[in-house]
Amino acid sequence: MVRFIARRLVAGVLLAFVVVTGMFFFLHLTGTDPARGALGLYATEDQVAIKSAQLGLDRPVIEQYLDWLGHAVTGDLGTSSAQSSPVIDLLVTRLPVTVSLALGAIIVAATFGVVLGVLAAVNPGRFDRALQIVMVIGFALPNFWVAIIFAIVFAVGLRWFPATGYVHLLDSPVGWLLSITLPVAALALGSIAAIAQQLRNSVINVYSQDYVRTLRSRGLPPRTILLTHVLRNASPPALTMLSLQFIAAMSGAAIIERVFGLQGIGSVAINASGNSDIQVIMGVLLFTVLLVVLVNLIVDILYGALNPKVRAA
Amino acid sequence: MTGPPPLAARDTLLTVSDLNVTYRGRGFRAPQFRALTDVSIDIGRGETVGLVGESGSGKTTLGRALLGLVPIDSGSVRFESAEIAGLSDGQRRRRSPDIQVVFQDPYSSLNPAMTVEAILSEPLTVRGVSRGHARRRVRELLDQVQLAAGAERRYPREFSGGQRQRIAIARALALEPKLIICDEPVSALDLSTQARVLDLFIEIQERTGVAYLFISHDISVVRYISHRVAVMLRGEIIESGDGESVTSSPEHDYTRRLLLASPVPDPLRQAERRARYLSLQ
Amino acid sequence: MTDIPIAPAAPAAPLRRLGRFAANPLGIVAASVLALIVLASVCAPFFAPYDPNLIVLAETLQPPSATHPLGTDASGRDVLSRILWGGQVSLKAGSIMIATAIAVGVPTGLIAGYFARTFDGVASWVSNLLMSLPEILILIVVITSLGSGLAPTMITLGILASPDLFRLTRSVVINVREELYIDAAKVSGLSDTRIIFRHIVSVILGPLLVRCSFVFGLAIIVQSGLEFLGFGDPTRPSWGGMLSSAFQTIYRAPELVFAPGMAIGVSVMSLVILGAAIADSLGAERAPTARRRSTGTRRSTGTPAPGAGPGTPQEGTPQEGTPQEGTPQEGTLTTDVGQTPADALLRVENLRVTYRGEDGTSNAVVEGATLHVHRGEVLGLVGESGSGKSQTSFGILGLLPPEATLSAARITLGGESLLGRSERELQRFRGGRMAYVPQEPMSNLDPSFTIGSQLIKPMRHQLGASRAEATTRAHELLDRVGIPDPVLTMASYPHQLSGGMAQRVLIAGAVSCDPELLIADEPTTALDVTVQAEVLNLLRELQRERNMGMILVTHNFGVVADICDRVAVMQNGVIVEQRPVLELFADPHHAYTRMLLASTLENAPPRSRHGVRREVDS
Repeated sequence: MVRFIARRLVAGVLLAFVVVTGMFFFLHLTGTDPARGALGLYATEDQVAIKSAQLGLDRPVIEQYLDWLGHAVTGDLGTSSAQSSPVIDLLVTRLPVTVSLALGAIIVAATFGVVLGVLAAVNPGRFDRALQIVMVIGFALPNFWVAIIFAIVFAVGLRWFPATGYVHLLDSPVGWLLSITLPVAALALGSIAAIAQQLRNSVINVYSQDYVRTLRSRGLPPRTILLTHVLRNASPPALTMLSLQFIAAMSGAAIIERVFGLQGIGSVAINASGNSDIQVIMGVLLFTVLLVVLVNLIVDILYGALNPKVRAA
Repeated sequence: MTGPPPLAARDTLLTVSDLNVTYRGRGFRAPQFRALTDVSIDIGRGETVGLVGESGSGKTTLGRALLGLVPIDSGSVRFESAEIAGLSDGQRRRRSPDIQVVFQDPYSSLNPAMTVEAILSEPLTVRGVSRGHARRRVRELLDQVQLAAGAERRYPREFSGGQRQRIAIARALALEPKLIICDEPVSALDLSTQARVLDLFIEIQERTGVAYLFISHDISVVRYISHRVAVMLRGEIIESGDGESVTSSPEHDYTRRLLLASPVPDPLRQAERRARYLSLQ
Repeated sequence: MTDIPIAPAAPAAPLRRLGRFAANPLGIVAASVLALIVLASVCAPFFAPYDPNLIVLAETLQPPSATHPLGTDASGRDVLSRILWGGQVSLKAGSIMIATAIAVGVPTGLIAGYFARTFDGVASWVSNLLMSLPEILILIVVITSLGSGLAPTMITLGILASPDLFRLTRSVVINVREELYIDAAKVSGLSDTRIIFRHIVSVILGPLLVRCSFVFGLAIIVQSGLEFLGFGDPTRPSWGGMLSSAFQTIYRAPELVFAPGMAIGVSVMSLVILGAAIADSLGAERAPTARRRSTGTRRSTGTPAPGAGPGTPQEGTPQEGTPQEGTPQEGTLTTDVGQTPADALLRVENLRVTYRGEDGTSNAVVEGATLHVHRGEVLGLVGESGSGKSQTSFGILGLLPPEATLSAARITLGGESLLGRSERELQRFRGGRMAYVPQEPMSNLDPSFTIGSQLIKPMRHQLGASRAEATTRAHELLDRVGIPDPVLTMASYPHQLSGGMAQRVLIAGAVSCDPELLIADEPTTALDVTVQAEVLNLLRELQRERNMGMILVTHNFGVVADICDRVAVMQNGVIVEQRPVLELFADPHHAYTRMLLASTLENAPPRSRHGVRREVDS
């Protein structure tokens, strides 16, 4: 098991390295100009050239890359070319917003998805069909649109929740909860549908396996069979779906932040894109990819714990 | 109907000598598995050679090796005195329409998305036979396996297991092969169907003179259809010879166990055989 | 010999698929809505009432009216016209993305799946990498460099979505590659390319179409998201862009977010529903490939074959070969129909099992079976596939699937009726008083739990044993059934056992709670003959030791002769003959029994002696 985890960890770090490297060269070699981005359209060529030299952009790309990578492994992600502040400070203030949304959404989605998926699988017929339709709708409605509707109804109309703004968890736990409820709900909706659908299918599939009939023939109660044997065998594909949904939630959060006026890394990235601020974009990318690697690692460990064959491999 | 080919003056069709096949496990440093060890066997024209063995004995691997579906490590396979073992899989397949196959599973061996006509004419059209000619040939083939007119427009799932096996036999016959590898072709069939399909195999052989390598785990099936029988155990042929002697008075201990282990449909005789089987251990 | 008659022709596959599709009203509606959306977007230049970019500052934020059916936006632009034009962007975006995803994902999936060498490893790694990327961030990177044009963003998105199609293609190809018809095609001389195009692409088309409908939907959603974030051409009307500008005036005119939102939602929903409908209409075609068999065994008869019903042939029905003499109507039924001895352990009278199909048809698989088993007696239940022998045993155990209905005049075990009992009451009988040994050892053990836990749990439930007691007992049982190292086996997972060992474990589990009745459904069919002899021996010993009643379901008369005291022969859901084993073999009464016995080959002369074919039909 330790070897299994170690192998997954190495694979994850390698993945992050490849992505970050690829993106660094992509940004630099396709003509993105942070100097021009920082100074704006009306700066003269001379000003841009001076800024370029300041930022070290006149060096060969490979040298810039090694420089960036060397600093990145020590936790120094450089300085924003547009705002002249350390990238890491920016991320540390903004990251909790996005992570709150994505993690919140994934916890809500997992809870509801599992319950609904199992209910649909064990109640064939009308309930299952109704749920299927709800699931299709859940996938089809863009989550940012749902977020707008939520904002109109619950924040502007009913005034149950704040329409905009993020309250830090340490400042006011209740305020924090209220500030993320609507975005998390909007974000979770599609994921609930996806997880429920996946689990429903795999539960139905496991139920049709011979060993379930044999377990019944041994006189085990249906609840025991469902909760231990069926769910355990049905969960690996749902876990995979969960990690995919986390990645989707990170993406979705970037859009939903805008609806609720939250200052997360989505808005950081969008601003940085407008300013061609490569240092900031790379920082956001590195953090996000590391987060995804971490979540995938957790899913892999769970997967291994559930499946003896994977563990042995 | 003609009698069996004279065994003494047998005209050899296929000669396998010292065949070795090794499966490599998946991945780097994975252990190797010796599937066939120094297997030698020959098959005469118009003859049925039965190959008996339990699961993992290598009988299916031998069949697949002769078909070019499994790479051969060493050894020689001579078909009509031409060496076919050294050729690449693709080359061998193209050069030898003379060796065809009927598989065990009548559900997986026919493409569910193709009509019977498409299935049967495929081996013909790929060799440049015209459509009209192929269609006539399909009709002939269905006739040979005793399927009624109209079958060619149907899909495999519209047929029962026995009928599907007949379609598989027709496909094997399409290229007028000299040898058909039959890999457990009746194991998935019901008792009464099994007997009728076996009789069809025999009837076709007597009419066309095709030879069979008949692979089965069931010693009674092999005895029923084979002129000669070979017994496999852990990748080796441990005994071979005339069908009757191998299946009624075997020399090898394992063959004796195999023979006594398969129960006969007669309670009194079976009780006696069981006692003998248990005393073997 | 006569030609073998076959069932009347069913319509050709494309027609059948179309028929099934037409029977699905939701699919038709979805297809029509999609057609309408495409038509409206493509023809927008011709019938959109206004120029979508025409700004009329005097008419901002107007409610719906005769001149502006959906009102106007904050710049006084006609909402309906913008919706119609906006569809073009969504369609273009979806087309670019889907084309990219197919071009990248499908060929790589085909190659990786079919040839499965180093390429597969590399491609799978890249696909995992792409799937780990949050799409919006990657799009932001691309937009920073290449701008927010439709082509760069949608091509990027297509590449990010390609793993979905890659994985689907790869897994379908890997499944198909294992099918014997691919081997048969190789043997008949087809080249690899021809096999891929002829046999594999045809199989992949259906599932691919379904996935594509999802990917297309995703394209519409993500493209709108980008427009909403402001990454778009403001002069190009789009649904996402409309949402973005509606969002600016959310306090003054919240209703403006509805039209573009619904346009996106309805389009995507129609796509998904259409995909599901296509999947449904293709589903039935795939059924046969799903029934994969392991070698050397016969089809599990747990449930009737998919599509078993009128017009679908089954083995052993009179459709195969010569007309069978022994239909149940003709021969005399040599069985005590309707009566069972009062002192029997198990009494089953007039058992009927009926399956109802989804289309409302019902298919009777057991039609009035009557049988009994005494304590210490082994009853053989013999028949060909589809005769209803397995259904009879599942009926007794109460393990029929929900779509089956069971009725009987009597089912009693040790004098207690099993009929009309709740699931909870039946649990007390199952395992404790009657137990089941299945056919396939491997598929009947839960792969995720150790052998030990699968043995211990039922004992704790049925016998109220403590963990320690149950563990000791499990050791003893494994030792009894001939497992060499019980301690090691208890800690093992099913995949670490051989088939013969797994079957011994299942037998140990079945007898663990001292049942009075053991129902073994083809317990040796999946095993090698030498293992079969040993397992039969074990069953016989256990049955005698514990004086159990036993029903042994089998198709093999040798097994019957080996172990059974009495035999019931089943044909088409009816028991046609039920007699002591010696009598039955010596003098079979029913024509069907005679035909079956005549088909056994054990007593047939070897071919090498005669070379002349035996006439089975005589």
